Amino acid sequence: MGLESHLGDNILTTTLSTMLNWARKSSLWPMPFGLACCAIEMMAVVAPRYDLARFGAEVFRFSPRQSDLMIVAGTLTYKMASVAKKIYDQMPEPKWVIAMGACAISGGVFNTYSVVQGLDQVVPVDVYLPGCPPRPEALIHAIMEIQKKIEKESLKTGK
Amino acid sequence: MDNEAITAAIKNEFSEAILSTGVFRNELTCYLKKEDIAKVAAFLKENKELDFDYLSDLCGVDRIETDGYFEVVYHLYSITRNHRIRLKVLVPSNEPCVPTVTNIWKTANWHERETYDMFGIKFDGHPDLRKILTPEDFDGHPLRKGYPLDGRQPSTLKDVYRKD
Repeated sequence: MGLESHLGDNILTTTLSTMLNWARKSSLWPMPFGLACCAIEMMAVVAPRYDLARFGAEVFRFSPRQSDLMIVAGTLTYKMASVAKKIYDQMPEPKWVIAMGACAISGGVFNTYSVVQGLDQVVPVDVYLPGCPPRPEALIHAIMEIQKKIEKESLKTGK
Repeated sequence: MDNEAITAAIKNEFSEAILSTGVFRNELTCYLKKEDIAKVAAFLKENKELDFDYLSDLCGVDRIETDGYFEVVYHLYSITRNHRIRLKVLVPSNEPCVPTVTNIWKTANWHERETYDMFGIKFDGHPDLRKILTPEDFDGHPLRKGYPLDGRQPSTLKDVYRKD
């Protein structure tokens, strides 16, 4: 059919978007933004038992400039909010954000003077991961949801 | 030293400064006049028998709604003698002010700053009484019972909020 019939079995054709998205989703470099007990579950995910390397996202970088996925794990206080924003701004595009745990999603049980009632007041969030804390399997699921989202992105519109 | 001996040693030295003493579950608590806290604290540290060389905690309590005053609580421990005492002073809510103990235990510096930040209790003679926990432009003292639990001050974040 069309071009493929002339190229034979040795060459595959695809679109640039598909190719780039495949590369991006298969090699996520997370930036761990651990703020509370959720961060312990995040650490478990990169340890041998849950082995995030199976999904190509095990290269945690502690510099935002080398990362494309920010995992905000824990309670975001007002004092920390400006830091979260600064870290997010320093990450190069394209970038994604997971709000991990009840606190990062909505403030959780901390309806108090010091806690921001949801990370999305400060930075845009791609995947909300509920739980208190979420189990490591749930974080793997959230990362797979990010991967699904990346697959659908288009070069033309950016998102 | 046991609680009775500690009580006797303090009463012997400061009969005027002590308002009351009590023991609950083998923990000794001693209410003092707030003017005398620095004097008594220095004695507790310097006396070789008592030797309270470690201030393990210093904090505030808001009793305004029930009793009309603040308390400042000092937890002392002697590492060499292995005994403890709890000191309490009453602070009037209209002018909350206590003498500092930073010159006796250096660790009191940050504890007093925290108590100042959370309750608005001032410590006379503190070398650097600035807030320590709340954001710089945060207004008020959030651990006071009169401060609303959800009294967020989002204006402290106006440069951080998303514009979209």
